[in-house]
Amino acid sequence: MFDFSVVSSWIHQFLTSVMPEGLAIFLECLVVGVCILAAYAVIAMILIYMERKICAWFQCRIGPDRVGKFGLLQLFADVIKMLIKEIVELKNTDKFLHALAPYIVILSSILAFACLPINKGMEILDFNIGVVFLVAVSSLGVIGILLAGWSSNSKYTMIGAMRSGAQIISYELSIGMCLLAVAIFTGTLQFSEIVAFQADGWLIFKGHIPAVIAFIVYLIAGNAETNRGPFDMPEAESELTAGYHTEYSGMHFGFFYLSEYLNMFIIAGVAATIFLGGWMPLHIPGLEGFNAIMDYIPGFVWFFGKAFFVVFLLMWMRWTFVRLRIDQLLKFEWKILLPIGLFNLVLMILVVVFKLHF
Amino acid sequence: MNNFCKYFDSFFRGLKTLLVGLKTTIKVFFRKKITEKYPENRATLKISDRFRGTLTMPHDENNQHNCVACGLCQIACPNGTITVHFETVENEEGKKIKVLTNYEYDLGTCVFCQLCVNACPHNAITFENSFEHAVFNRQKLVKKLNRDGSTVVNKK
Repeated sequence: MFDFSVVSSWIHQFLTSVMPEGLAIFLECLVVGVCILAAYAVIAMILIYMERKICAWFQCRIGPDRVGKFGLLQLFADVIKMLIKEIVELKNTDKFLHALAPYIVILSSILAFACLPINKGMEILDFNIGVVFLVAVSSLGVIGILLAGWSSNSKYTMIGAMRSGAQIISYELSIGMCLLAVAIFTGTLQFSEIVAFQADGWLIFKGHIPAVIAFIVYLIAGNAETNRGPFDMPEAESELTAGYHTEYSGMHFGFFYLSEYLNMFIIAGVAATIFLGGWMPLHIPGLEGFNAIMDYIPGFVWFFGKAFFVVFLLMWMRWTFVRLRIDQLLKFEWKILLPIGLFNLVLMILVVVFKLHF
Repeated sequence: MNNFCKYFDSFFRGLKTLLVGLKTTIKVFFRKKITEKYPENRATLKISDRFRGTLTMPHDENNQHNCVACGLCQIACPNGTITVHFETVENEEGKKIKVLTNYEYDLGTCVFCQLCVNACPHNAITFENSFEHAVFNRQKLVKKLNRDGSTVVNKK
């Protein structure tokens, strides 16, 4: 199994041998930050292309195929278009908050993105309350959304932001229930330990029924959390034009767009990490030869494979179901999803207490 | 208790319909895509036979058509798209009959309603599925449907 900490400790030793430790750590932080931003942009572009293609296939179309082979250059065209567009200054808006909002949204999603363990020894933010930290920073984004809605001084953005706030705060509970169930099962809140716990079988196999229920509830709540799919009430085109980012243009709109896709990837990545084993290869206890072969596939391939599989599941959900009304949306959370989550928590406790798991 | 049962009943029915929806979309996902890449696939393009592209007057191998110039299509047309030009001649039995000289059809005003085809008592005109009609000038859309030197089929 390829361990990335060998590379990182070598770099650290090399840097400390030529400069004081403080400067070395500062440089390392800078490099890691640049790497995160680059990965963020690249993954966002992949996701946008994937969304367009998969959406097209679900609607029996081909999707973009004019720009470049299979439309592969379409996303570069989109990015260039977005970058050179003018950022429109509106009258009677709160200029400072209007400009600040997209940065808060994208900051929260970058922070959450940094929590994902991509490979063995390749965790950027990894400490003993990692799961709690992830939930905290990913729900920071709602502040940005509310600010965007408020500062735009428009009824559409305001209604969109209010809906988004109600929705994110509600569905956060279901996500919390699923993560609690996982924490009970693994006995830790640290992502690297959750992954290490799944060395002899992924959690979805080890935890059987409660883990599968938690996985499904997590996917549904996660889809709602990112304001996508059947839960895209905040930006319901037919009634709110584009919801909270109606008044944004140029790259400020681009930030909202980017963070929407990256939040989906974060939801998928977290689901892959805690339920499908993250970078841990598929291990079947008893089949040593099979396990050894699986270990040859590097961890980040496993991680991205699983994450993009979950992304596909999320897109499948999005392009199948019709949009819910706002009251149905809240009813669905409080009357159906949350009771299931609570019931599942009790079930998970019983499974752990009576050792009914594998 | 009744409400309790209703809750679970609606829950499982809802779940079932959601799964049916997922099944339907995944079937479409793997289905052959219906998009036509039009200019590239002109050679293999298949347009439905029933597609109304343009009005035509079929001619047989002797350059003969079925039109007796009765003008019913012209009356049926809601747009004045069709103008039947004819001349009256005397045949060998001494009867005066109409003979078609120019069947004028303006593609630019046709709404493809098919009322003219339905009105025709001799099936002289029909719609065919060709659709590439772009021209640079509106006058070029006015077409003569009967060929030069064609005659009417002599029905016994």
